[in-house]
Amino acid sequence: MKNNTFKIAIATVFTVFILASCTKQLDLLPTNDITSNQVYKDATGYKQAFAKVYASFALTGNNGPAGNGDIQGIDEGTSDFLRLYWKAQELSTDEAVVSWGDPGIQDFHNMNWSASNPMLTGLYYRSFYQITLANDFIRQASDANLATRGITGTDADNIKKYRTEARFLRAYQYAVLMDLFGSVPFVTEADLLGSVLPKQKTRTELFTYIETELKAIEADLVDARKNEYGRADKAAAWALLARIYLNAQVYIGTAKNTEAITYAKKVIDAGYSLISDYTKLMRADNNLNTSEFILTINYDGVKTQNWGGTTFLTHAPIGGSMTASGFGVDGGWGGLRTTKAFADKFTDITGATDKRAQIYTNGQSADISDLTKFTDGYAITKYKNIKADGSAGSSLTWTDIDFPIFRLSEMYLIYAEAVSRGGTGGDATTALGYMNTMRQRAYGNTSGNITSAQLTTDFILDERSRELYWEGFRRTDLIRYGKFVESTYLWPWKGGVKGGTSVDAYRKLYPIPSSDISSNTNLKQNTGY
Amino acid sequence: MNMKKTLVVLLFAIIGISVSAQDRTVTGKVTDTRDGTPLVAVSVTVKGSNKGTVTAADGTFSIKVSSKTTTLVISYLNYVTKEVLLDSKNIVNVALSQSSDQLNDVVVIGYGSVRKKDLTGSVATISAKDFNTGAISTPEQLIAGKVAGVSIISNSGAPGSGSTIRIRGGASLNASNDPLIVIDGMPIDAGGISGQANALALINPNDIESFSVLKDASAAAIYGARASNGVILITTKKGKKGAMKVDFSTQLSVATVSKKADVFNANEIRSIVIANGTSALKSLLGVANTDWQDQIYQTAINNENNFSVSGAVKNIPYRFSYGYLDQRGVLKTDKLTRNTVGINLNPTLLNNHLTINVNYKLSSSQSNFADQGAIGAATSFDPTQPVKSNSSRFGGYWEWLDPNSSTGLKSLSPKNPLGLLMQRQNNSNVTRQIASALFDYKVHFLPDLHVVLNTGFDVAEGKGTNVTNDSAASSYNRFKDASNKFHGGVNTQYLQKRSNSYLNAYLNYAKDIKAIGSRLELVAGYEYQDYKTTNYNYSDLTYDKTVVSSPNFESNVPEYKLISFLGRANLNILNKYIITASVRQDGSSKFNPDNRYALFPSGAIAWKLKEENFLQSSKVVSDLKLRASYGVTGQQDGIGYYDYISYYNLGSNSAQYQFGNSYYPIYRPNGYYYNRKWEQTATANVALDFGLFDNRVSGTIEAYNRTTTDLLNEINQSAGTNFSNKIVANVGSMENKGVELTLNFQPVKNKTTTWDVSFNATYNKNQITKLTISDDPTYSGARYGGISGGTGNTILIQSVGYKRGSYFVYKQVYNAANKPIDGLFADLNRDGIINEKDLYQYKGNDPQLFFGASSSVSYKKWNAGFVLRANVGNYMYNNVASSSGTLRNILNPIGYINNGSKDYLTSGFSGNGSNYYLSDYYVQNASFLRMDNINVGYNFGKVLHNKANLRISANIQNAFIITKYKGLDPEVNGGIDNNFYPRPRTVVLGLNLNF
Repeated sequence: MKNNTFKIAIATVFTVFILASCTKQLDLLPTNDITSNQVYKDATGYKQAFAKVYASFALTGNNGPAGNGDIQGIDEGTSDFLRLYWKAQELSTDEAVVSWGDPGIQDFHNMNWSASNPMLTGLYYRSFYQITLANDFIRQASDANLATRGITGTDADNIKKYRTEARFLRAYQYAVLMDLFGSVPFVTEADLLGSVLPKQKTRTELFTYIETELKAIEADLVDARKNEYGRADKAAAWALLARIYLNAQVYIGTAKNTEAITYAKKVIDAGYSLISDYTKLMRADNNLNTSEFILTINYDGVKTQNWGGTTFLTHAPIGGSMTASGFGVDGGWGGLRTTKAFADKFTDITGATDKRAQIYTNGQSADISDLTKFTDGYAITKYKNIKADGSAGSSLTWTDIDFPIFRLSEMYLIYAEAVSRGGTGGDATTALGYMNTMRQRAYGNTSGNITSAQLTTDFILDERSRELYWEGFRRTDLIRYGKFVESTYLWPWKGGVKGGTSVDAYRKLYPIPSSDISSNTNLKQNTGY
Repeated sequence: MNMKKTLVVLLFAIIGISVSAQDRTVTGKVTDTRDGTPLVAVSVTVKGSNKGTVTAADGTFSIKVSSKTTTLVISYLNYVTKEVLLDSKNIVNVALSQSSDQLNDVVVIGYGSVRKKDLTGSVATISAKDFNTGAISTPEQLIAGKVAGVSIISNSGAPGSGSTIRIRGGASLNASNDPLIVIDGMPIDAGGISGQANALALINPNDIESFSVLKDASAAAIYGARASNGVILITTKKGKKGAMKVDFSTQLSVATVSKKADVFNANEIRSIVIANGTSALKSLLGVANTDWQDQIYQTAINNENNFSVSGAVKNIPYRFSYGYLDQRGVLKTDKLTRNTVGINLNPTLLNNHLTINVNYKLSSSQSNFADQGAIGAATSFDPTQPVKSNSSRFGGYWEWLDPNSSTGLKSLSPKNPLGLLMQRQNNSNVTRQIASALFDYKVHFLPDLHVVLNTGFDVAEGKGTNVTNDSAASSYNRFKDASNKFHGGVNTQYLQKRSNSYLNAYLNYAKDIKAIGSRLELVAGYEYQDYKTTNYNYSDLTYDKTVVSSPNFESNVPEYKLISFLGRANLNILNKYIITASVRQDGSSKFNPDNRYALFPSGAIAWKLKEENFLQSSKVVSDLKLRASYGVTGQQDGIGYYDYISYYNLGSNSAQYQFGNSYYPIYRPNGYYYNRKWEQTATANVALDFGLFDNRVSGTIEAYNRTTTDLLNEINQSAGTNFSNKIVANVGSMENKGVELTLNFQPVKNKTTTWDVSFNATYNKNQITKLTISDDPTYSGARYGGISGGTGNTILIQSVGYKRGSYFVYKQVYNAANKPIDGLFADLNRDGIINEKDLYQYKGNDPQLFFGASSSVSYKKWNAGFVLRANVGNYMYNNVASSSGTLRNILNPIGYINNGSKDYLTSGFSGNGSNYYLSDYYVQNASFLRMDNINVGYNFGKVLHNKANLRISANIQNAFIITKYKGLDPEVNGGIDNNFYPRPRTVVLGLNLNF
């Protein structure tokens, strides 16, 4: 008996010590998530991680349409890149108003946004999110890593193309940040995650970086119109260069119109052409519009679901007496309309003359007495989740409409404006030709053609509005023309006043979000905020 | 309890080792004064020596004593010790009476137990006789309102819903604030399981013997890793030697909705729409008068039966219990049926050297979960519309229609509340088994040493199906397949399994050091805990089982482990001064190998003033003890399991990206935080325990200061430095300071009448002292607390210098008549514009003071009592008023009519813009006094030929509430009152029979 219990005691003590030595048991791994070495073990994994870098444009997280978001501290559906970028670029202008009361959304009309505006905060982090993904991918796709992982031949060549495109996407997002926020923190693949607080680059330094980077990758990008649909090629880099050169006076205080002409021309000469019907630009099967689109954000009602993007641009403007089924969706969100200032850019708003006037007036009033009332202000019918042949998209909730980040019309307009502003290397006749090509598509004939005398710099601003409205250009355009904060151009509810009012000049830049100011001691807030 | 008894027995057995001359044998029997039943394992010792024995199962004992022996000491846990003069008697029969003096109780503490008298830490114990009574389906509600510093608030009125428990306000921000719960020595995972949100609801309250609440660091630090929010030790009932005892109780209860949301009736809506609406809206008005809340609520009749039997078979004490609960919700279709079985065996073997305590608990519950969306729908659905339409579409329920929409339903409109309930069946079936075994071996060759091994497992499986008919409006034609055919409804299943295991082994060495009149007790141990859950993923199917989406992975198995080493020393000097020190090292798999382990020390001293000469003879002061403690506890609950490395996550099928004509799955690197480590809370505690007039008045006054550092706090990551812009890091600190008072009176105690009154009060002041790495005065804090209304509006904030969970609101401007002016707010920073910079921190949901009081009177065979609770200084955001009490809500611009909160009559708000959601007008004083329970009982005494004892009782639970708060209920966890599931008022009739 005694012997037995002694054994029990010894056994117990042993058990304790055996267990005690098993502290290795604390190394646990997740079931389904995997490490970087597992992801990047082969070309398939590289392409899937690469797809995420692009998908950061089109998705709000890893679970479509929502449920596993990329950006924290903001409603996931709102955290979409295009939805936020569009709001920052359009709601602050004459082109769009919204009836909703989401936090911070009315600030765009009132022009009283603060550094803690949740929409601007979300946009800032969304842009940086794509930059951070791009940095990670560029690191993982370094020559050294490819060699270590034994990836060679065609696979390695393809991955190097991906790496170059990741650099393009990063440059694009820095251009977005430069335009919206001025000077922002700067990180590349050389900065290891979490090691140091990023330093701030001035707007001029950013401009130089973007310009240099785009030229550096130009040769490595796939030739214009030769890449897979949805991926950037040389033309995308040229188009971005043309865009930043056009705005160089605003960004760096020196005009670069000659360079704008050079790069717009490169795109135009790459063999693009306008599709025949302007009203078919933003349709469910507009992935077929490759003759005109240079780079797109790709959505799909089944496979790429998101509450922002073109789903937002289609649902949000439907309200009042509009029928959602006419737009290929299951319902309207009763939010977005436009101001009379925009509608007046067209002499005939019915669309009978200039088909670009996709304006809905039935039951809507031109004037807005109450921003929160959907029927105050005309509605816009540009985005429809219906195919060119009239058949429906793949889902009634999420749209199939792809969004062109760059399309040919913008290049025509850049060329014309840069010529008009005194850039060299182009000519007014060619510019007029481009304008009339665009207007002939809009009118269906030559009746809308303009003369060289009509082609003034100011005309081009209005023409940009007619051609590119609701595509995310307006704020940048108004700033370039000195009409965004100034009293020289007032539109209904500008600055939160029905008749419109000028606001302080510092509002040409958005504030750096206070959440980043408080976590990065290197940052200096923009003047005025 | 038996274990404690065994310990006492063992203690005396140790003392009795020395053998002296034996002259004669004394025998006898020890019984209970109440009913004469024999008492088992009572210690019988010779006074002045360490020689003794214990009574057998029939209460008899036999002891050899020397001729010099004059007195025997008969002592038994919870009974008054008796000394018996022997003279020449050889037969001694003794009747012991139960001790009314709680201070003699043995208190369960971590890894052992201690006499309440000798406690150094802050431990509150509540035993079965003080439990709340009535229809209580979840254990924690047994002690709601009973313990100072402990707030227990039921999460909702739904059957089986859990409670939010806060001990001294909780210690964390983003990590968990829930206390650790330990059942019979086994720490359990507080998280629920699919099909049953509340893990504790699977424990039958009738099986519980006592609760110990460890509040300060000295008491809790032995649980180091998970003790920052306090620890609740639950001890379940055990078998008792002696005659078989059978207990049967049954309860019938009727639950009704005591208060409905204050919304308009049909005529009022008609007049509002006629006065303000467009002609289109006016044409939508119906002619019905429907009270939608009456439609969705019901009177719920519930039934509960409990049966238990205990006794001993061949010296093995056992207890078996069976419980059956049938509970319906006041919300139609809500239902919970629960069967529980409990088995306990606690034999003592090897000549009392080995004590074994085996517990097995099985619980099986079947639920139907009502669609709680119906509650919000009922407050907002147009009361001028009928319940049923004349069509058979949508199951015959009236819905908002739109002939132009593909579904025929008006987009974004609310759905028929009754339809939501009746067209959905969400059935779950949850089984949980908890088994534990404790072996306490007193080493033969070294009886001062005990080797204790405690091991157990907790396995649960929750599964269910969620079926919504395809005619239901809520999911009508929700999916279009590849051939453009529509499918509606839902037909999904879910399954989750949990398997937690636990092993604890420790050595306990106790030794009297007579030279210095002291007793030393040492504990050293090892503990291993493994928490593993398997979540099975299923496809999203429509009613006809068309696949809408499929998961990437069949299952996911999150798991974490803790490995710990612990030690404690307890030194009792001259029974006057007690010193306790403990230390625990914990390792958690949630942290990187460098940060994995942390050390949690504590120390405490107690001075039993009553034992000093100057008080020993005092007639007034019957007990007086001063205690002080300090210690550090840790926390790692409520955070990610694997976050110290960036893992890549595969996107879902609906989150792919198109290149060319192909769609590619995406791999995303997740946010991570390599340096994450233990959150630590240091607690200092001082207390005075007192008893006056033979403990007719007793109580404790206690003060504490808790500082949490390295707060697990979600902070912003500087842009570009992580894959997540916010991550839980160890940044920040927070303080909780408080005072607690517990008072027990016994104003009347005589042969026929006993009256007990107890009262507790808690004052807690919380302040966040640091939140960010750099102190940026322009950073207002971390906003959270999403509300209904707008997209992404939040109402709460964590700000430095303010209490946790302050409201972050605009200051409403009022007119001369004290009516809020629509859309007008104070420009607090005076910059001429109203934006986020004008938001300010205002009040909070946590009460500053809370009270509990209970009284019980027994007079002959009658007894009656009540329990009430009160909170002072807590505020509530009335989200029902803010989201529905506006004209814009009633006249919805999308083109339908809503009902709304009658608060509109007070505010007159238009509902335009968005700032009004964040008006401090909606943050309302929610201080309250609630009568939780009124009860009365009658004891018939012996019935059925004197064989059984019968008692009947009646309760009213949630009897009434006194508050200024305008919403449904001032107690909503989280501080946002949005369509709260009403807590019912319940009338209970109970019958208890034992023999």
